[in-house]
Amino acid sequence: MDRFYSPSAFVFYGLFAFLVLASLVARFLIRSGRVGGPTAQNLADRIRAWWVMIGVLALIFTLGAGAITLFFALCSMAALREFATITHTRRDDHDGLAIAFYLILPLQYLLVYFEVPVFAALLIPVYSFLLLPVVTVFKGEVQGFLTRVSETQWGLMVCVYCVSHIPAILTLDIPFYRYSAFTLVAWLILVVQASDVLQYVWGKSIGRHLLAPRVSPSKTVEGLAGGMLSATALGMALTPITPFLWWEAGLIALTVTGFGTLGGLIMSAIKRDRGVKDWGTLVQGHGGILDRLDSLVFSAPVFLHILAWGWM
Amino acid sequence: MTATIPARLTRAGLVATARILISLRAIDLPPPGAAPRILVANHVSHADFVALWSALPKPHRLRTRPVAGADYWERSAIRRWIAHQVFRAVLIDRDPASRRADPVETVAQVLRGGEDVIFFPEGTRNLTDARLLPLKSGIYHLARAVPEAEIVPAWILNLDRILPKGAFLPVPLNCAVRFGNPIRVETGESREDFLQRLAAAMLALSDTKA
Repeated sequence: MDRFYSPSAFVFYGLFAFLVLASLVARFLIRSGRVGGPTAQNLADRIRAWWVMIGVLALIFTLGAGAITLFFALCSMAALREFATITHTRRDDHDGLAIAFYLILPLQYLLVYFEVPVFAALLIPVYSFLLLPVVTVFKGEVQGFLTRVSETQWGLMVCVYCVSHIPAILTLDIPFYRYSAFTLVAWLILVVQASDVLQYVWGKSIGRHLLAPRVSPSKTVEGLAGGMLSATALGMALTPITPFLWWEAGLIALTVTGFGTLGGLIMSAIKRDRGVKDWGTLVQGHGGILDRLDSLVFSAPVFLHILAWGWM
Repeated sequence: MTATIPARLTRAGLVATARILISLRAIDLPPPGAAPRILVANHVSHADFVALWSALPKPHRLRTRPVAGADYWERSAIRRWIAHQVFRAVLIDRDPASRRADPVETVAQVLRGGEDVIFFPEGTRNLTDARLLPLKSGIYHLARAVPEAEIVPAWILNLDRILPKGAFLPVPLNCAVRFGNPIRVETGESREDFLQRLAAAMLALSDTKA
């Protein structure tokens, strides 16, 4: 019964309590007519999607490391699908994409799960980088060659390599830490996602100055600062469940939310260039899975490295 | 005619696979009216009519029958079962020399019976680099034979990248079927003009991403 009393379990109890509150507030705002039309629909969709996402995360955290690894492998699959859909890849890239989906992706997660960190760190940035374009070379089509192979490699880096760092945190065995690495995964996801939500909330309420008008029409300097600082405060408040001191927790939270924000901007630039607003339609009200995952993609590797170098 | 349980299971399996694996969805499907419909789409693979059929909402799907070549679908027992039991396909003989029934009349009777059909106006799979082959006149004759029917142009996005010709392994990309506004043959419109207008309506749907 330990898993129901672990710190990560209490993080989920807190989240569910918060969701109940958020649902009640949203219902009140919609019923009383303070929020209406498409905004109300989007708010309701978003909260419903959060119920599903937090529910699924709570379930896989209860089931264990295998379930978490499998879940993020499926997330990678869905994310790579969204990424590949909007790239320039054509008929001649089909074999390369098939190898990315059916060989490299499962292999990466097997390397993570069976704890082969050296190969997990090299498979995509080195071996897929060197060998995957070879498959395309023998197709003989040179038009847009660099663009096409780069897009496939970028897709693998963003959607598979970076995402696989989230379950890879579970393989760390941190000395003198009372709790398991599950807690750290929960802390990372909570802080980074809270930063996203709080940036949205701060931006909507006091946002004035656009951060990068050509890349994202909604991100504001005020939203960014408010969101990152309040998410950092949340990360610091959770210091007792981490192996960090309070100021270390603050600095790490600031770093991961910073990388998360930059990740969101980079992914927005890609979307803008390809003329789409959302990556897909998988998550009701949020867009695609990459729209929800983009900040975690860019913060998970950094968080893993901080832990591996500072606390091992 | 009620479908057998294996046929129903196959249908449910195909729709679920398409929804989960390639996130299949319909974009801008015009709300159905009283008139029977001819859904016309581009044709690049054998999976096309499965994709179009699976993208429709269930009640709409159950009264929609694909029009397919008898020469291909009558060739083996399994193909016959798929064509007749699973999709209730309207099989037509494409060879003018051997056929006994007029294919236009066969399809027209289905439409007059109140059911919708999926029709590929290119007449065959497009294995070339062109986005659309020149349309055959069959769709024009069909539209003239059933003037009350509305023709709904559609474009199946990305299926040619999911399963290009010569590949046996599909890659999972997001697939969608985009629909356009219904059209009809206008009074006095010539065959060439109509086919040109239809081809333009179809190609206009092809530019957008899934």
